[in-house]
Amino acid sequence: MTLSRKAAIVGAAETDRIGKLPGMSRLALHAQAAKNALADAGLTLADVDGVFSTVAGPNELSEYLDVVPRFVDGTGVGGCSYMLFVRHAAMAIAAGYCEVALIVHGESGRSWIDMEAATGTPASPAGQFEAPFGTAGAPTTYSLPVLRHFHEFGTTKLQMSHVPAATREWALLNPRAIMHEAGAFTPADVEASPVVCYPFNKLDCCLVADGGGALVMVSAERARDMRKKPVYVLGTGEATAHRQVAMMRDFTVADSSVLSGRQAFAEAGVTPADIDHLMLYDAFSFTPMMFLEDLGFVGRGESGPFLAETTRGPDGRTVYRTGPGGPLPMNTNGGGLSYCHTGRYGMFALIESVIQLRGEAGARQVPGLELSLAHGPGRQFAAAGTVILSNA
Amino acid sequence: MSDKPAYRGALPRPTPETKAFWDGAKAHRLMLPWCEDCGRPHFYPRSLCPHCLSSRLDWRQASGRGTVHTFVINHKAAKGFDQVPYVIAVIDLAEGPRMLSNVVVDGEPTPDNVRIDMPVTVFFDDVTDEISLPKFRPAGGAQ
Repeated sequence: MTLSRKAAIVGAAETDRIGKLPGMSRLALHAQAAKNALADAGLTLADVDGVFSTVAGPNELSEYLDVVPRFVDGTGVGGCSYMLFVRHAAMAIAAGYCEVALIVHGESGRSWIDMEAATGTPASPAGQFEAPFGTAGAPTTYSLPVLRHFHEFGTTKLQMSHVPAATREWALLNPRAIMHEAGAFTPADVEASPVVCYPFNKLDCCLVADGGGALVMVSAERARDMRKKPVYVLGTGEATAHRQVAMMRDFTVADSSVLSGRQAFAEAGVTPADIDHLMLYDAFSFTPMMFLEDLGFVGRGESGPFLAETTRGPDGRTVYRTGPGGPLPMNTNGGGLSYCHTGRYGMFALIESVIQLRGEAGARQVPGLELSLAHGPGRQFAAAGTVILSNA
Repeated sequence: MSDKPAYRGALPRPTPETKAFWDGAKAHRLMLPWCEDCGRPHFYPRSLCPHCLSSRLDWRQASGRGTVHTFVINHKAAKGFDQVPYVIAVIDLAEGPRMLSNVVVDGEPTPDNVRIDMPVTVFFDDVTDEISLPKFRPAGGAQ
């Protein structure tokens, strides 16, 4: 049995605003995202019988929304949890365990209203063997594989700097992006920005914001009669390989990304060459480079030279490989780097895939789109989830 | 010891399976759990061997030698870490396992005086009366 094309995303929406929202708690962000996604789908809470959430657990969220779902999933493996939820919802719908799956994200990542740090206790393995050595959040741990990649493949900081520069170009086309008005920058500007944790400078790092988003999923059959053009789930994959970044078996490969990608491509029956649009979770500049390699879009160690190869547009402007007008449009909302990053960003990547596949992306719309892939890591290359979506 | 300024950095809270490691560190010995069945050491210390699931573990002192597998130079201090920048590194221990630690060099760390595959040796930073943290220096004083 295959689950390919058995389920579809029929509702996708974010909180009214993203950015700095000191008037909204973690749960209020969830609730508004859920409300907006249900409205997008033309459904109501009374239709929902499956709840999937992690920043608010399913108990907490169901109580807040006063629903009694008969299927719940609170998988919490980091930012890619939402890719796993799409997979789990497709399974639950196919099994008849629920008919309308509501997947919700909300996170007060900047205003920090009713949030708790996900660092664990001082007795946890990370509390004993990471924190005492001065790890200070994601910039100090996501960065650890980078110099090893540089060492083994000759990758350079300048090559890596093409990722944030290209991603900013998309944000300039997206009026909702936090950095929409912030202007373009060059790869050289990335290296000239203040050092945060070498080899990461400020412009290598994602934003920190408040926001939320939600998806509504139903069976492919039911999706045909819904308000919005269905976005079918073609293939999915998931894996987790470790928790602490120091436990990576090979610092130049995310085992979980390789494994989740392989499953998703096999189930979808497509290859990287078939994918028209990519959402590769960019917590940092380096993160999507790893995924381009792990998912097979380029060979091992080839992401740096690949990204650094730019062309000139008719107006003389630089066209990045993954930027507007480039051959591999990636992170077209402006990414975690220039659109929004609440902490567990995977939901925003999925929503942008849906918006693009529906043709609702306005000035940043990628033309002729049929297949989109969203991929994210959980923690620092620990877990991973892959979702391949189609509008046909 | 009591005249030492209070340490404000994150401290480990040992568990039954890690107590021997932290006891060893306090005595300035880098201890690793070794499997008596498959003969392999592992890190971080578990209640059983992650290679073969045997519970027959024997604590042995490691050489304290290793090389820098990869590293970063952090410029935004973690809570309680006063001196930036500092190096966070993954060390390939000579015995095989990897551990996350700090590499401490003379003067400010830079990409020139900390390098991948650089040989290092352990030392112990007695941050409190109870906890000593295993950290690393360039081997033989060479940088």
